[in-house]
Amino acid sequence: MLQLTGVRAGYGSFQALFDVSLEVRAGEAVGVIGPNGAGKTTLMRVISGLIRPTAGQLTMEGVDVLATPPHRIVELGIAHVPESRRLFPRMTVEDNLKMGGFAPAARAKFRQRLAVVYELFPRLRERRRQLAGSMSGGEQQMCAIGRALMSEPRLLLLDEPSAGLAPVVVDHVFALLGTIRAAGVTVLIVEQNVQQVLRVVERAYLLKAGRIRAAGAAGELLDGARLREAYLGV
Amino acid sequence: MGVFDIYLLEALINGVLLGGVLALLSLGLNLVFGVIDVVWICYAELIMLGMYAMYFLASVYHAPLLLAAALSIAAVGVLGVLLHVLVIAPLLGAAPINQLLATGGVLFFLQSAATILFGIEFKNLGLRLPVLKVAGMFISYSRLLAFAAALIGMVLVYLFLSRTYTGAAIRAIAQDRQIMTLMGVDSRRIYVITSALGGGLAGLAACLLVLQYDVHPFVGLSFGPITFLICVLGGLGNFLGGFVAAFVFAEIISVGGLYLDLEWGYVFAFAFFIAMMFVRPQGLLARRS
Repeated sequence: MLQLTGVRAGYGSFQALFDVSLEVRAGEAVGVIGPNGAGKTTLMRVISGLIRPTAGQLTMEGVDVLATPPHRIVELGIAHVPESRRLFPRMTVEDNLKMGGFAPAARAKFRQRLAVVYELFPRLRERRRQLAGSMSGGEQQMCAIGRALMSEPRLLLLDEPSAGLAPVVVDHVFALLGTIRAAGVTVLIVEQNVQQVLRVVERAYLLKAGRIRAAGAAGELLDGARLREAYLGV
Repeated sequence: MGVFDIYLLEALINGVLLGGVLALLSLGLNLVFGVIDVVWICYAELIMLGMYAMYFLASVYHAPLLLAAALSIAAVGVLGVLLHVLVIAPLLGAAPINQLLATGGVLFFLQSAATILFGIEFKNLGLRLPVLKVAGMFISYSRLLAFAAALIGMVLVYLFLSRTYTGAAIRAIAQDRQIMTLMGVDSRRIYVITSALGGGLAGLAACLLVLQYDVHPFVGLSFGPITFLICVLGGLGNFLGGFVAAFVFAEIISVGGLYLDLEWGYVFAFAFFIAMMFVRPQGLLARRS
């Protein structure tokens, strides 16, 4: 479904990703783990078009993502839940969801998508007229995921969905992943919460200092020596 | 004492009427700042050109007033787009001071161009609208008309911002510019639409001001500064703050002018502004950051 080959990217003269190759197959949940500053967020930003790579290829279902204008990448079926949620705080929950369904194809299905999102997150229906910024962290995360689902994506990019949330809320967010996958959405998730994410994904990539250091089934990585090395340096 | 009360009431009503027009003036500037993060220093000069458009269409070519108004609004809307495409867009990545200087340059360019093209004589529509006499008070019909049209203009903008996808994008982009791409929004397109809207509001303001004031190349100086102060007082980019600040300012001008000369109203208003900058530098309705 999603294929990255030899991707290099960075900010100005700072290079954050070095020849990253990665694949996500339809129906999978894939994790990207790694220490702070490994380039995980940069990787997500490259896929959704927030930054353009300096080299490499990127395709989604055979379509060249790099040949697509950044604001039209969402129409390829890719939706990105950015790090720290990035809701529009002074807009209502429903207006935030409306923005998620901004693309022409999604507008036509607005009512239908809204029903799907409210079904997944009944709390959002209760709070639909509330300002997004006034909700709790967990509710905001639901709203951010709901906003991304409004475009009816086939691939959902989740960047640190557990960051800044209370442990009980984190459990809830991870449980939601199962529901989202059951709806047929493929998931690529970036997390620092390694133990927990490796329990919900099938495969994972270990990213360190901008390079893929290990890849494999989640179970293997969970007790692998490479992981200890990456995090502890031993 | 009864006579005095009537004067006060008349001043209060005139303050409300002035407030409506000032609120309209500040809305266009606030909209552009909130969305594009650029201050159109030459905003009042766009209004000046709109007033000339009204003058030429209505007084020289004898177009019906409503048609002249529609054409003037459209023309200033196009000017807003040109300003964005030719001056602002190339400088979007530049330092804010460069953007200020550039639109400041446009201000002097437009003033000089108007002086060359139209001369420095004061021109007006030659309309003599009646003055209403209600319960011993005198209310100018043109002010009433301006107030009503300003309100209608603001309601239309409100409906556009709250009901349409483009309007939602305009509100959203003012809150988080970077992630608009993820929503499938082409920010450049939203900037152009906002510039057209900002220009259109300047055009509407021009149509209303030309009912009450003569037009000349430097007319922008008489309401440009006050528009900026209202926007700053309300919190730049804060639409509701600008709306409230416009009425506060208008009442100070109108009631302040009642006790001394009219000019004293402006003195009080600017003194109030300076005092407020010490107390609430972030603006009247500032959000906690």
